[in-house]
Amino acid sequence: MRSEATVGVSPWTRTAAWGVVAFLHVPLALIVLYAFSAEDKSYQFPPPALTTQWFAVAWQRDDVWAAIRLSLEVAAWSTAIALVLGTLAAAALARSSFFGRDAISLLLVLPLALPGIVSGIALRSAYNTLAIPFSFWTIVIGHATFCVVVVFNNAVARLRRLNPNLVEASMDLGADAFQTLRWVVLPQLGSALLAGALLAFALSFDEVIVTTFTAGQQTTLPIWMLQELIRPRQRPVTNVVAVVIIALTFLPIVLAYTLTRADEPGAR
Amino acid sequence: MTAAVTLERVSCVYGSGAAAVRAVDDVSLEIGAGEFFTLLGPSGSGKTTCLRMIGGFVLPTAGRIRIGGDDVTRRPPYARPVNTVFQDYALFPHMDVRDNVAYALRVRGVARAERERRADELLALVQLAGAGARRPAQLSGGQRQRVALARALIGQPQLLLLDEPLGALDLKLREQMQSELKALQRRLGITFLFITHDQHEALSMSDRIGVFADGRLEQVGTPAAVYESPATRFVAHFVGAANVLDGDAARALTGHDCAMLRPERVALGPAAGARAGGVVAEVQYFGAYTRVRVDAAGTALQLDVPATAGEPLPARGDTVHLHWDARAVHALATGGARRSEPDVPAPARSAEGVA
Amino acid sequence: MSTALALPAPPPTVRRRVSDLLYTRRGVLLVALLAPPLLWFGVIYLGSLFALLANAFFGLDDFSGVVVREFTLKNFVELAEPANVDIVVRSVAMASAVTLACVVLGWPLAYTMARHARGAQKALLYVAVMLPLWSSYLVRLYAWKLLLAKEGAISWAAQQAHLTWALDALLAIPRLGGPSLSLSTLGTFVVFVYLWLPFMVLPMQAAIERIPASTIEASADLGAAPGQTLWRVILPLALPGIAAGSIFTFSLTLGDYIVPQVIGDSTLYIGQVVYKQQGVAGNIPFAAAFSLVPIVVVGIYLWIARRLGAFDAL
Repeated sequence: MRSEATVGVSPWTRTAAWGVVAFLHVPLALIVLYAFSAEDKSYQFPPPALTTQWFAVAWQRDDVWAAIRLSLEVAAWSTAIALVLGTLAAAALARSSFFGRDAISLLLVLPLALPGIVSGIALRSAYNTLAIPFSFWTIVIGHATFCVVVVFNNAVARLRRLNPNLVEASMDLGADAFQTLRWVVLPQLGSALLAGALLAFALSFDEVIVTTFTAGQQTTLPIWMLQELIRPRQRPVTNVVAVVIIALTFLPIVLAYTLTRADEPGAR
Repeated sequence: MTAAVTLERVSCVYGSGAAAVRAVDDVSLEIGAGEFFTLLGPSGSGKTTCLRMIGGFVLPTAGRIRIGGDDVTRRPPYARPVNTVFQDYALFPHMDVRDNVAYALRVRGVARAERERRADELLALVQLAGAGARRPAQLSGGQRQRVALARALIGQPQLLLLDEPLGALDLKLREQMQSELKALQRRLGITFLFITHDQHEALSMSDRIGVFADGRLEQVGTPAAVYESPATRFVAHFVGAANVLDGDAARALTGHDCAMLRPERVALGPAAGARAGGVVAEVQYFGAYTRVRVDAAGTALQLDVPATAGEPLPARGDTVHLHWDARAVHALATGGARRSEPDVPAPARSAEGVA
Repeated sequence: MSTALALPAPPPTVRRRVSDLLYTRRGVLLVALLAPPLLWFGVIYLGSLFALLANAFFGLDDFSGVVVREFTLKNFVELAEPANVDIVVRSVAMASAVTLACVVLGWPLAYTMARHARGAQKALLYVAVMLPLWSSYLVRLYAWKLLLAKEGAISWAAQQAHLTWALDALLAIPRLGGPSLSLSTLGTFVVFVYLWLPFMVLPMQAAIERIPASTIEASADLGAAPGQTLWRVILPLALPGIAAGSIFTFSLTLGDYIVPQVIGDSTLYIGQVVYKQQGVAGNIPFAAAFSLVPIVVVGIYLWIARRLGAFDAL
């Protein structure tokens, strides 16, 4: 029997680990608590009373609904574009090695690697210079650009695990390139693309920095949230919206996680 | 009769200049219709690349490939009347067994009812009737192999390529599959092109064998021809164990400059009439026979003593006398040893000298 | 079973011909695949990026507020003013402090996940880290606004534990403190650490997991105490993961302009200056020049991180 002290993880470390987990999650739990707080003028803790009235109030707020709708539409379109571009790039880069391959990978990750403010300003000045008015599409273009790499990473990881013999077998049996794509490659790729799409959706739904620069007068949900952060109007409604956002992003994340985990070899 | 497959001076070269790798080097080959033909050779010898070129997965850098008389050199795999059984079976994990087998028909637009019927026919042929609804992940290695076979046969190809299909199976299963494959081929009459590095497999299953080394075809012939009359030193060593003699030893013992003698053709006997004598260096027990290595005439000679021989086996250090029939000696062309020739154990220079 | 007839070859449709072309000429396939994404990124992203950076070399006419497209270096001269240098130094210091804190806090969690947790517990920990990572940045920021408020949970907890004096002492520290936690540099620091911690934990965990158990056992077998094994064997091998995680914590902190605005005293950071300059001031050239600073700093950091093997650990 190995001595735990030499190879195992000491109890101190484990306690610290769970402490950090608590540190990560207690603030989120607090928000949920505050959504039920009866106090509406300050962030008093502990809340004097609990109530669910603010949920009804938030439900009535048209500006919140409009923001949610815009965010959902932007996320949907950005994800769709990112899916197409990311899959194409992944198909090209997964198994080939050619001059410039690493440079292209770097290019795809750049929108996420560079500070958001840089990407945001760059896009805004480009729109200004080309006299393109701010619109739904100016937001989508910005979002799609940084969502591509999320889809790309998932697709490449899955493509690299794909047995190349499967494509050869399909062609050997008489399927041309398009039939092989449809019946063999895409079904295999499906769950990875779905996971990438879910993550891209969550990323777009939550993005605020680049959006601020490319949205003009429009308000996505994060922009709404930011305005509330700087100049709080109805605090309880903000709390409720925060809880709703947590719930809305919770689902895609967990789904994407179970999809990628199920894909891994040894998980079956 | 048109040959099933013809390779005309086919080469496959990767890279260029001094660093070029000649995976397949100027190979010409003709395989007859209905033949069970085996490509035999060590890994890296070019046999797999040859197979892949015939299948269409690799395009040759020189030469022509004909199947049934048609020039298919630059055609993609789906345009050739050839099907392949892959080494790792390559079954589609997201389809069940029946859909896997029926794939070739689905791709050609055959209606569902018809293609499922024929898939079930094929599954019965490979003794997997009733497994249609299962997934590849639920099958054993041997079962997957049969599914791969059925899938490749349903399209009624002119030629079936088998890329070391039995490599992943354990010994008993492999021997069983060997006889099943042979029976299947005889029954269907399709030309089989089989790849293996296992010379026992090649000898027992093939109508003819092509031995590869370093991208070149060393010899083509029936198993008996390849075993008893190897064309080169490499073939002599690779197919079965061999005593290959050179130089003075060869001339002294056989009268040829270079000759081969199979260990099972050498026997122990009395000193009178012996062709050579020497000291036993090593004795290895293999059950059905015992391999004895003797230092004689300045070289090492191996002989296999069958278990039925009756006389007691010699021990290390004993002096023995060796007999063989003159017809058992096969002359070989002299020539430099190839890079990939298996290592010949160096003759032991014992302190007692050479008998 | 009849084997004499093979199935007839399919007719040469357009689809077949295109497929043949793509199969035999791989170059065409590659170009077809790469053209859309490269066009998008080349034109939209790189194009706008270069346009912005080109602005750094232009000037602004103070009276008309119009960008004068003449080559000038006066933006960079202005960058070198002490006030601006201060801002850069402060931002880099904050980014470094945040990175260090993330490493220290994240290590126990990463280590436990990699070496101790199994099966369900490991999956739970994984999700526990993933959730904040992908959760809304603004919501998490908002949560801390609630926590750090004068009437919020932290003050309350300090009261309950009779530690209000400690809290006040912290807030009294010059430069780091402030009227309340949510209006202090300390608060900014804590929030940054909270936000980026998951980005540090995951690469570290992956790197630690890759260390074969036999290596650690060998170290113990050869006589090293647990502390020595940690310092001499585990940390060096986990360094690529630490470097990879630090890329995120460093660069995300360096460019952020929202957090200091919501939680912090009124001292400025790089992100805020860039934001102000291109916004109200309309001084795109100066904003562009200033944004070159985080790009360059991150570039240098990436180069160092690459030497430490971070790119293989991403």
